[in-house]
Amino acid sequence: MTALAWLIPAALVLGGLGLAAFLWALNSGQFEDLDGAAYRALDDNDPTDKR
Amino acid sequence: MGITLTDRAIAAEATPVAPPRQITHVMLAVENLNCGGCMRRIERKLSAVEGIASVRTNLSAKRVAIGVAEDGPGVETLVAELAAEGFRAAELAGVPARTSDAADRDLLRRLAVAGFATANIMLLSVSVWAGIASDMGSETKGLFHWLSALIALPAVAYAGQPFFRSAISALKVRRLNMDVPISLGVLLATAMSLWQTVRGTDQVFFDASISLVFFLLIGRYLDHSLRSRASGAAENLLGLKSGFATVLGSDGASERLPARMIEPGMRVLVTAGERIAVDGRIAAGTSDIDEQIMTGETVPRTVSVGDTVYAGTIALTAPIEVVATKADDDTLIAEIARLMAAAEQSRSLYVRLADRAAALYAPLVHILGLGTFLGWMALGSAVEPALMAAIAVLIITCPCALALAVPAVQVAAISRLFGRGVIVTAADGLERMAEIDTLVFDKTGTLTRGEPVLRNGGEIADDELARAASLAVNSRHPYSLAIVRAAGARGLSFSPAQGVVETPGAGLSRAVESDSGPGSSDERLGSADWCGVELRRDGDVTGTSADDGATTLWYRAGPEAAAIAFRFDDALREDAAATVAAARAGGLDVVLLSGDRAPTVAKAAEQAGITEWKAGLKPQDKIAELARLKAAGRHVLMVGDGLNDAPALAAAHASLAMANAAAVSQIAADGVVQGQMLAPIIDTLAMARRARTMSLANFAIAIAYNVVFVPIAMVGLVTPLIAAIAMSASSIAVTANALRLRTMELRLEK
Repeated sequence: MTALAWLIPAALVLGGLGLAAFLWALNSGQFEDLDGAAYRALDDNDPTDKR
Repeated sequence: MGITLTDRAIAAEATPVAPPRQITHVMLAVENLNCGGCMRRIERKLSAVEGIASVRTNLSAKRVAIGVAEDGPGVETLVAELAAEGFRAAELAGVPARTSDAADRDLLRRLAVAGFATANIMLLSVSVWAGIASDMGSETKGLFHWLSALIALPAVAYAGQPFFRSAISALKVRRLNMDVPISLGVLLATAMSLWQTVRGTDQVFFDASISLVFFLLIGRYLDHSLRSRASGAAENLLGLKSGFATVLGSDGASERLPARMIEPGMRVLVTAGERIAVDGRIAAGTSDIDEQIMTGETVPRTVSVGDTVYAGTIALTAPIEVVATKADDDTLIAEIARLMAAAEQSRSLYVRLADRAAALYAPLVHILGLGTFLGWMALGSAVEPALMAAIAVLIITCPCALALAVPAVQVAAISRLFGRGVIVTAADGLERMAEIDTLVFDKTGTLTRGEPVLRNGGEIADDELARAASLAVNSRHPYSLAIVRAAGARGLSFSPAQGVVETPGAGLSRAVESDSGPGSSDERLGSADWCGVELRRDGDVTGTSADDGATTLWYRAGPEAAAIAFRFDDALREDAAATVAAARAGGLDVVLLSGDRAPTVAKAAEQAGITEWKAGLKPQDKIAELARLKAAGRHVLMVGDGLNDAPALAAAHASLAMANAAAVSQIAADGVVQGQMLAPIIDTLAMARRARTMSLANFAIAIAYNVVFVPIAMVGLVTPLIAAIAMSASSIAVTANALRLRTMELRLEK
């Protein structure tokens, strides 16, 4: 029973952190271009142009 | 440490802070931004340009957001830079869909909160349910109930707002929509659960109310974000249509401006072959104007100083200077606007399927609840158990599945059509398209490609065609282009002739050395008059009649040579006949309404296999025709592209615009068909019918679930566990059914 006293708040806090992280990501525009984000992850950012 | 701080302080004072740069934000729509490689190339190319502060591409929306510093390059330079890389780009007018993005985000935020709350409350609820089976102390249960209440109340208050607001606005006008029973169910469940928590019993439904909000928000968010994507794509199309214009200043200097920045009174130079960017009056020059987009007429009109010209038409043969005028000055535009406004009014009377269901459903639910309450009281129970049973009925009938029935289907259908190149922009467009029984086509630019094709190539020898082509290649006139295309198709080689003069309204000429002096000794390509061809009254020269719907151009190699006839007509789109046949097979009547002349329309109708057609129609006439069909009880799908189709597109039961349509027509229609083919129209109708069947099937599933569970609730046996299972099961069933639309075969059947 005593375990519940800190387990439940812990669960709520961790869940809350997850929610806060999602809302922050949403506000900073990370969900605007899901297709493009997939490609950006693979981009090497090579300074040299292959021409 | 103190020394470091002081050093830093000194350093801060020493370096002056640069004033913040003025950054203007430019948004460009890019037509062929298709992959990661394109993104990288665009960002690299634009970042390398002087004066650019930031570049960010958006692959999903096919746009690029550019931050331009002061003294940075103008929009036209950026567009040119992209063109050099092979990307077709255009500036987006106004603030594109900013509010729609914000609404999407808002829904997503509420969805996130609802999801968090659902998960945590479910955590507590499952524990309680398990605890009922085994031994859970009542204090623990009480604690869990209080915790659920603590999470549920703010979550429902925040995440349920979209539904509450919609319900209130419907109630204000004394209508019922689906959100009224939803809001009622959610609020009652939460309130009752709170009451039960205070009293310390088992009947606590927090998880039901919050998971209801969660599921419904998912449906609503998907629906909304799909619409935003569709309208964003449609905006891109519009942006790519409007262009730049060369504005002449009073000092003679010229400047390239985007079309939307041109104000009345500005003088615009339109070169031969360029699309006119604004409505106006001609101040200088004479030219032939291609007005297909306005009237459907395939034969160009000759205009000179003082005549009115319209935006979207093309100056063909010679440059002109146009002074921009206000739209109010013009009768044709004003007439079209008036007709459209009238049409919009009658369109807004359509009641959506979901709202119709809600109108039946909400009263029924309330009657059942009341009936349960009264029934229990009549059987002699106390107020409280009776109230409990009544509220349980209200909760269990909560239209989780019913409210998802239509959105789930719409999302699946519209996203599949998106993949086929059809952008459905109207919210209830697909619903209306399911009721269609008549298909009305416009001719020029819709049924046909809008470009002339050489018809009698068989009668023309290679060398004659090559000579005509070498004259024609100097001109932008559609017929000249058609001759050049035909010559190219035959593999003939020809070089552009020198010294060719283009006379608007007549044709091309090139001086040829001759003994009888200049003038009559020209090599000529043009109208019959121009080539000195005498048309007999019955129009029969070289065995052909001028009434067979084809337009004839004449070529004369010299003053003594015989004139050769080149006949053109406007070629139908490749799959026009097949589409008409498919429509017939699907039980649709097909009608052709056109503003073009009767012989041309007759020929096109015959080629496409359409028996019902009318020619020479003005915009008012098209609407009159549609009204006549409507009075006869038919539901019409109008497909058009020209400005003269815009009122008809707004007035028909449902409408589609081709991608090459005038901007106003694209906005007026329920959807836009991209690409060169007409087949997507049949696909859209087939999908609309399937979607309607699917929506009704989903309603059936939702009603079935209610039929099973409402008796259980009325008897008072519904526990929170049962409510949760029922709600989830019905939502999953409805969504899974809707997903079948993504892979179903699309066929139009009677």
